[in-house]
Formats: sequence, structure tokens, C-alpha cells
Amino acid sequence: MTQMIAPQFDLERIRADFPILHQQVHGHPLAYLDSTASSQKPALVIDAMNDFYRRTNANVHRGVYQLSEQATEAMEQARAKIARFIGARSVREIIFTRNTTESINLVAHAWGRANLRPGDRILLTEMEHHSNLVPWQIVAQATGAELLFIPVDGTGRLALDGLDRLLTERTKLVALTHMSNVLGTINPVKVIAAAAKQVGALVLVDGAQSVPHFPVDVGELGIDFLAFSGHKMCGPTGVGVLWGRKPLLQAMPPFLGGGSMIRSVGLRSSSWNDLPHKFEAGTPAIAEAIGLGYAVDYLASVGMDAIHQAEQQLTQYAVERLQGIDGLTLYGPAVAERGGVLSFNLAGVHAHDVAAVLDQQGVAVRAGHHCCQPLMELLDAPATARASFYLYTTPAEIDQLVRGLEKCKAIFG
Amino acid sequence: MDDFYQQNILDHSRHPRNSGRLDHPSVSREEMNPLCGDKLHIDLQIDDGVVTAVGFTGRGCAISQAAASMLTEEIKGKSVAEVRALSKDDVLGLLGIPIGYTRLKCALLGLKAIKVGVYNLADEEFDDDELF
Repeated sequence: MTQMIAPQFDLERIRADFPILHQQVHGHPLAYLDSTASSQKPALVIDAMNDFYRRTNANVHRGVYQLSEQATEAMEQARAKIARFIGARSVREIIFTRNTTESINLVAHAWGRANLRPGDRILLTEMEHHSNLVPWQIVAQATGAELLFIPVDGTGRLALDGLDRLLTERTKLVALTHMSNVLGTINPVKVIAAAAKQVGALVLVDGAQSVPHFPVDVGELGIDFLAFSGHKMCGPTGVGVLWGRKPLLQAMPPFLGGGSMIRSVGLRSSSWNDLPHKFEAGTPAIAEAIGLGYAVDYLASVGMDAIHQAEQQLTQYAVERLQGIDGLTLYGPAVAERGGVLSFNLAGVHAHDVAAVLDQQGVAVRAGHHCCQPLMELLDAPATARASFYLYTTPAEIDQLVRGLEKCKAIFG
Repeated sequence: MDDFYQQNILDHSRHPRNSGRLDHPSVSREEMNPLCGDKLHIDLQIDDGVVTAVGFTGRGCAISQAAASMLTEEIKGKSVAEVRALSKDDVLGLLGIPIGYTRLKCALLGLKAIKVGVYNLADEEFDDDELF
């Protein structure tokens, strides 16, 4: 199978960078096929964080002593690396948060509460993760704004033929996922963003699944906000990013109040610090931000185009193998329009049982509603099993998955 | 530390040049640094596109006050265009000592006040990204 992979993409060398992959689970080699939930981390990232705690740890943007200086500089270097990685025009447009969820909540609460009026519309899609749905429900309830949804068609793609009718002068924001965490569908964000601009709506993109897997350039997409998580892109948990266009961020009131985000504080009122600090109240996840900077270095060194290409080839192979299994239903669009996320069900076997049998074979997959209950209703599936891939996934692991599914059929058949 | 707090920096911070406020400034600007509470106020008088008088008051660390004081000397007699072109490196050059990341905000506070001031005078907004 290895000849399918682009020649400059050295899968064996990449796998050597990830210590966790080299272990046995239930007597089988681990096949980690749940990177959509959380990716594994290269030694480079783990070492950078350990090194920070062993040699550099101190609070940032406060002390003038050497450790604090070094910690601050390391964290700000990480911010600059992330800005370059997504094509941000200014490092100050990079806000460190806990994760994608918090990034979206920041926009929903800071921008939404200040700008949405009764009758205003927020346009979402039917394939949103709960993290890009529930915050808007909360803000809609508080402001009187309405939620509308771009429907999902039978192939798992957005039905865009009615977009003109969904986008009106009352639409203030379009918030959508770049890539579905259930179906793997890669949405035409650039086209939708251009249509949104026609009616003056802002565009927020949930990049949790796109930023880790293919090149994302905020300027080229023509969007206003991008949210993503560190732990899905070879970085640690506990750190995420909100990118926003500077004039928007500058005009927004703060989200969380506290230390670091202030310019001056009186007993009854305060004024706000410059970007990005205005949105970073309290001590941030310093080691994690630094770790994420190294994760970005790592991904850039492999090359996002190369990663995308390798995943496309692997997904093509996996789709062909899974379609060869009798009684297996595979959800989502054709490989050309999807990333390395495959949701499926085996006839007569609940997804949890599929996942449990696979675990016994050393194969780690997710089973459940994937934080997308409305989409699962649409698919008419209470749950699916989901195998997802990353740069370190091998064709041999796909084969191991297929063997596990055959075993599953034998047990329940 | 001896070479950090050089004589000229101590001198400027103890005896800031162009100290005080102007009676009829063309533009005034106050800036503060929330990190350590540095605060300064700069008045500029501009005649025929040239900075003819500067007024400076402030309190804060030696680096912030000395850098601002040095700048007030530097800009007097300069054209507005020249003042607009002043950069982070110009201030670091005036100070002549290595400035770490967290102290950079102290060192550049005066420059920020001056630049925001001359940009505002032209009804433009100063993008302080270049000071980061």
C-alpha cells in the first residue's frame, strides 16, 4: 500500500515521531483511528512542554525577571507561529482560548450580545457540532435573534440551492463548520462566505477539523472569525485559538473579565487592554500555548498539502475497503469532497458494540452521536461508529479495522 | 545590572527633558502600560509641519520615562513625516541596551503616545502592530 503515499511523505518517519503509537492493546498493535476526537502528539511537542516546566516556567506578561521574560517570549513566539500558519495579517488577531468551544462562545457572547437585535438572523447548518450550535441558541434566546439552517442533502453535503433565500439583509452572521466531524464533508466555505458578504453578514468558521488537516488561509477564505483547538492538531489539550479580523475584535466588548485584560481598573469601572490581551483574562495555558507553537512547526515541516494528499489517498483506500463489507452503511459524500472521517454502521449491531469489539482487536474508534444530535436525527441513526485518520495513519491500520469488522459480523451474525 | 541602568538612562529618568505641559499644544496624548502602571502624557506643538515644542509628564519605571524623555529631544525640530517614520528600532537605538519582551512595552510607551498623536492630527488611526 505504501506506494500510494506521496513520495516526499515518509510515513514511517512520521510514525517514529509519535511515541504513543508504538504499543500493544489487548495483544494487538494499537490502531488509533480517533484523531478527529483528539490527535496524538509528536515527541517534539511533549518535550517542549516538559522543557518549559523544567527550565522556564513563570507567569507571563507580569514579571521583569529572566524566567518571566523567557516564558513570555516563548508564548508570544507561539502566537506568531500560529498567525503565520493560518495567514493572519497580525499576531494580535490570535486569541488563546481553551478550545474551539470557548472560541465560539467568545464570539457568541462578546460579539453576539452587543450586536444582535430581535429579528436578526444567524445562519447555521444542520451538520454543526454542538459547540457551534448551542452557544448560538443561548445568544438567540438572550437577544431575540432567530436561528436558520442550511440543510444537509442525502449525500451529506450542504444543500446550497436555497442559500439565496436563507441569506437576507437580516442575516448578521453565518457560522458553519469547515469540515464535518461526522460525515467528513468539506464545506465550500469560500463560496458561502462570498454570498454572506453580499448581504453584509459576518462569517465564523469552526475550523476544529480543517486547520489540522489541510491548508487554511483566513484571507483567502474571506471569513471574519476562525475557531480551532490545539489538541486536534498534534498539540496539547487546554489550548485553542480564536482568530478574528482586528477591527471586529477591537470593537467587541470583552468576554471574560479579570487580570491581564484590563488597561486601568477603578472600583466601579475599568478600561480594556489592547488586543490580544483584552480577550485573555487570567493566567493563560502557557505551556500548552508553547506546545501548540511546536505542533504548528511540526505540521508545517511535514507540509499541510502533503498531509491532505496523504489523507485523501488513505481515505480512498478505506472507503473502498469498507464498501466491500456486506451490511455496512457508510455515511457522507464522495472522497473528493471529504476528509479522513468515516462514519458507518453494521446492520444489526449497535455502534457501541462495534467499537467494543474493535477495541478488543486493538482498534480505537469513536461510537455515539459525535456531539451532533440534530445531524444524527437526519441520518436516522441513533449512533454511528467513526474511524478517523491523521498523518500517522497507515493502510495496515485500515486493514486491521476491516478484519475487526469482519470479526464483529462473525460474533453478532 | 550596572550596564543595564546606564548613566544616561538614569539621568533621563531622574531629570526628564522637556518636562511639563504646553499651554496650546497642537495635539496631546496620554498612554499607560497596564503591566506595571507606567503612565505618561505628551504635548506636541506643530508649526508648518515641524515639531517646535514638546511637553512631557509621567511616572513609571526608569526605562519608560527615560525612553520618552530621549524621544522628546529626538523629535524636536523634526518634520511630522520624520516623526511618523520613527520605529521601534529607533527607540531601542536611543536606549542602547538590550530590552526583553516584557520591558518592550515600557520602552515603547513614549513612542506610542507620540505616534498616536501625530496620526490623530491627520485624522488617521495609528496601527500599533508595528510596536509589537
